[in-house]
Amino acid sequence: MKADLQEQQLKFTRRALMMGGGGALVFTALAARLHQLQVIDTERYRLLSEDNQFNFLLTPPSRGRILDRFGVPVADNRDSYRVVMIPEQAGNAEEALDRLGRVIDITPEQRDRILRNVQRSPSFRPVTIREDLDWRSFAAINLETPELPGIIPEVVEIRDYPSGSSFAHILGYVQPAPESVAGDDPLLRHPGFRIGRTGAEAAREDTLRGERGSLKVEVNAFGRVIRELPDQSIPATPGEDVRLTIDAEVQRFAHERLAGESAAAVAMDVENGDLLALVSTPGFDPNQFVTGISQTDFNALNQNEYRPLYNKALQGTYPPASTFKAVVALAALEAGVVRPEERFTCRGSIPFGDREFHCWRREGHGRVNLRDAVKTSCDVYFYEIAQRLGIERIAQAARRFGLGSAPEIGLAGVSRGIVPDPQWKLSRYGQPWAQGETLITAIGQGFMLTSPLQMAIMTARLASGRSVSPRLYQDQPVDRGEPLAINDAHMALVRDGLRAVVHEPGGTSYYTLGGLGVDGVEMAGKTGTAQVYSITAEEREAGVRTQNELPWRLRDHGMFICYAPADRPRYAVATVVEHGGGGSRAAARPARDILRLLIERDPASAGPFVAMESGSSPT
Amino acid sequence: MAVFRETVPRTFQEKLFELNWSVVLLLLLLGGVGVAMLYSAAEGQWNPWASRHLVRFSIGITVMLSIALFPPRFWMGMAYPIYFGALALLVGVELFGVTINGAQRWLDVGPIRMQPSEIMKIAQVLALARFYHDLPPDKVNSPYGLLVPAFLIGAPVALILHQPDLGTAVLVAVTGGAIVFLSGLSWKIIIAGGVAGFAGVIGFLNFGIADYQRQRILTFLNPEADPQGAGYHIIQSKIALGSGGLTGRGFVQGTQTQLNFLPEKQTDFIFTILGEEFGLVGGLAVLALYALVLANAVAIAASCKSVFLRLMVMGIATTFALYVFINVGMVTGMLPVVGVPLPLISYGGTVMMAVLFGFGLILGAHIHRNADPPRGAGLFG
Repeated sequence: MKADLQEQQLKFTRRALMMGGGGALVFTALAARLHQLQVIDTERYRLLSEDNQFNFLLTPPSRGRILDRFGVPVADNRDSYRVVMIPEQAGNAEEALDRLGRVIDITPEQRDRILRNVQRSPSFRPVTIREDLDWRSFAAINLETPELPGIIPEVVEIRDYPSGSSFAHILGYVQPAPESVAGDDPLLRHPGFRIGRTGAEAAREDTLRGERGSLKVEVNAFGRVIRELPDQSIPATPGEDVRLTIDAEVQRFAHERLAGESAAAVAMDVENGDLLALVSTPGFDPNQFVTGISQTDFNALNQNEYRPLYNKALQGTYPPASTFKAVVALAALEAGVVRPEERFTCRGSIPFGDREFHCWRREGHGRVNLRDAVKTSCDVYFYEIAQRLGIERIAQAARRFGLGSAPEIGLAGVSRGIVPDPQWKLSRYGQPWAQGETLITAIGQGFMLTSPLQMAIMTARLASGRSVSPRLYQDQPVDRGEPLAINDAHMALVRDGLRAVVHEPGGTSYYTLGGLGVDGVEMAGKTGTAQVYSITAEEREAGVRTQNELPWRLRDHGMFICYAPADRPRYAVATVVEHGGGGSRAAARPARDILRLLIERDPASAGPFVAMESGSSPT
Repeated sequence: MAVFRETVPRTFQEKLFELNWSVVLLLLLLGGVGVAMLYSAAEGQWNPWASRHLVRFSIGITVMLSIALFPPRFWMGMAYPIYFGALALLVGVELFGVTINGAQRWLDVGPIRMQPSEIMKIAQVLALARFYHDLPPDKVNSPYGLLVPAFLIGAPVALILHQPDLGTAVLVAVTGGAIVFLSGLSWKIIIAGGVAGFAGVIGFLNFGIADYQRQRILTFLNPEADPQGAGYHIIQSKIALGSGGLTGRGFVQGTQTQLNFLPEKQTDFIFTILGEEFGLVGGLAVLALYALVLANAVAIAASCKSVFLRLMVMGIATTFALYVFINVGMVTGMLPVVGVPLPLISYGGTVMMAVLFGFGLILGAHIHRNADPPRGAGLFG
């Protein structure tokens, strides 16, 4: 018994020591493992640890501004107050919104959107609650922040268009990049980042956008930023400013002058092609698109009969009508098919083929030479010289004056218009040219279509005698063009006719305008009326006699081209008033007023705008 | 005679004189490390963990010293009642337990939420020690000497596995096995049992294991396969340890810890804070403290006269060693994540109380090492 016990104790001690040895082995294994992790592989884990610790946050660049020719910002960035929620810090999102709802208004729709976003995104990512708050609400939230955990009021940059609707069509607007465009680009996916979607904002996106930067931050496991390390960060490169040739003052004036109409106006420097105004009415407020336009507002714009979203100055095409006659007159003189003093008799119409071609003046103009024909816009005279010229030479002249091709001004959607000739007609309709169509083309009707911009180019070329091309951005080269190589006497004669349109009794605009309204400065102009609908015999019987008795959409388009000073041309203006009624009057007066403002302001003489260096004093 | 006394101390002063102060000192050091690590875990603040850990530890040390004063007779008498009480509680968990995180481990008794498996860790040791104390040495390999321990170990292990709590089940099973081994079981039976056990484990892994446990084992084998999911704990833990290097990144300077990349850093993964902020030096120092505690425990066991005390001390020491091994093995990626805390350092009241209670028994065994209570009648007669 005693021996048994002793043997048992011996056995115990032996086995206890075995276990102790086993334990020592196990602890040695642990120590070896620690050595492997902490000494052999430590570099690798150190790097992984830094990967955990630091993050790079994207800093969006400040968007370049868009300035007018004098440096007046027309697309700017302003500080916008917004409030975001970081769900991780806010706790229960619904309760957080209830608390915030006592400070600012949150509509049920906004609430639903916010709660949806909270569920969808990781809990450390801010969810926008409301954007573009007014100062009072923002101040109220700031005051209450201690009681609103996870609710962050912040100041961000947002695009602002101080000129509102007057620049809408030139500038376009910015919006968050749609999914198809954004792709995997982190900048385009950055919350609140917007890109140009239309207009100059889209066309000059590369210049305006800038380069994103990154901010090195220390983050915790939930992604919350603990500390910023600006020293190890790359600052964002702001986008460059884009300077337009537009004079904001003229643009605004032209826009207001055409308010209420469906119209377009283009003002141009005839020497260097600088576009000084490019107006399409009605406009729209691009600011609405930046912060997100409601479906109702968008539908209202999209379905408006006056088509406010459409840039009529570039995209709209209209028959140039009688504004084209000056070009035809020059072509006839240059071709030698008519002598300056040669007279034709206008009895109100001439027969051609098997039909009568009417003059706009039913009672006729009597005996008219070229100058009279331009001044009174006699259609019969142009029917006569058209027969001598032929369609090929008319089309050729039209093209020399910039019609039938899209001018490259750095905006999308510029129309080519149509300069018809037999080849065009054959390929378009599969039919041969009819001789009567030559006559109609000579008075700017029929197949011929031009945009208001093309009409302005045509006017500038008439005024300067050079194939000047338009320019919208000051960083584009000036294209004064080649001399048109037209006999000076011919040019002088046609220009004198255009001056007489406004300044001589019998001129088509003499009673409407009578002059520029600036002492000592004369202007030259040409009216145009494009027929949209012929009043039928039945309607005439029923008493519909004038344009104003027709529905708006059936009335004639009115157009007017002009330049001044008549002796030393500098500025050209072209206007189109859709369904203006009453002939060209609706277009002539605004055009003259815009031209007068140009002569008074004389933006071209002010020289190019140079940004002043800070600290330097004007000398 | 005072130094080599063969008698058992009886008075309070005598017992206090016989207290193993080196073990007490080592435990105080470990508790202090725990307070410091929890202070760091809270980003350099006493609250919420360090201060409470300190209070609990102080209470626990007091309880431990009180336990040490009880004579072995008392614990022998209490061994079976405690064991069957704990077994009843485990059955209670099975029937009325509270389920947290998919495991039914807790039992609400009035205002206290208790984890009977923690009680069982010590209860089983007491019961087995008592059983072998009563068993004549020549009966160790008899059917009776085999079947009763098999039940004493198997019943709680089965119940704990069913909760399911793989970590504690392994701990209880291995501790029980260690006591059986120390009791003098013949090698033939040990080898046969080992083979049978291995087959059992294979069968269990295939059929008797919960999905989340299988997932943990798979994750353990290849943590990088699922870096944000199940493998996250292990990867972040290894990053923390590895980036600590030789000497660590400094107290309250570990980025993994301070930026919350370590999950459950105040409980099961607290060793990673130590590794990140004090490096290999700190980790080895703490492992050395544990090793010294265990060496002392083995020495105490060897010095005890009674089978009961020897097996009890070794059983408790085995549990303690397994805690350390499983925990450190887990955070260093050597073992699967099974949810075992680092004793005296991890935050958590139940485990700390159980551990200090166990050390109360070890210190008591040291004080009463010369006691040799008579062999009892055995479990069934």
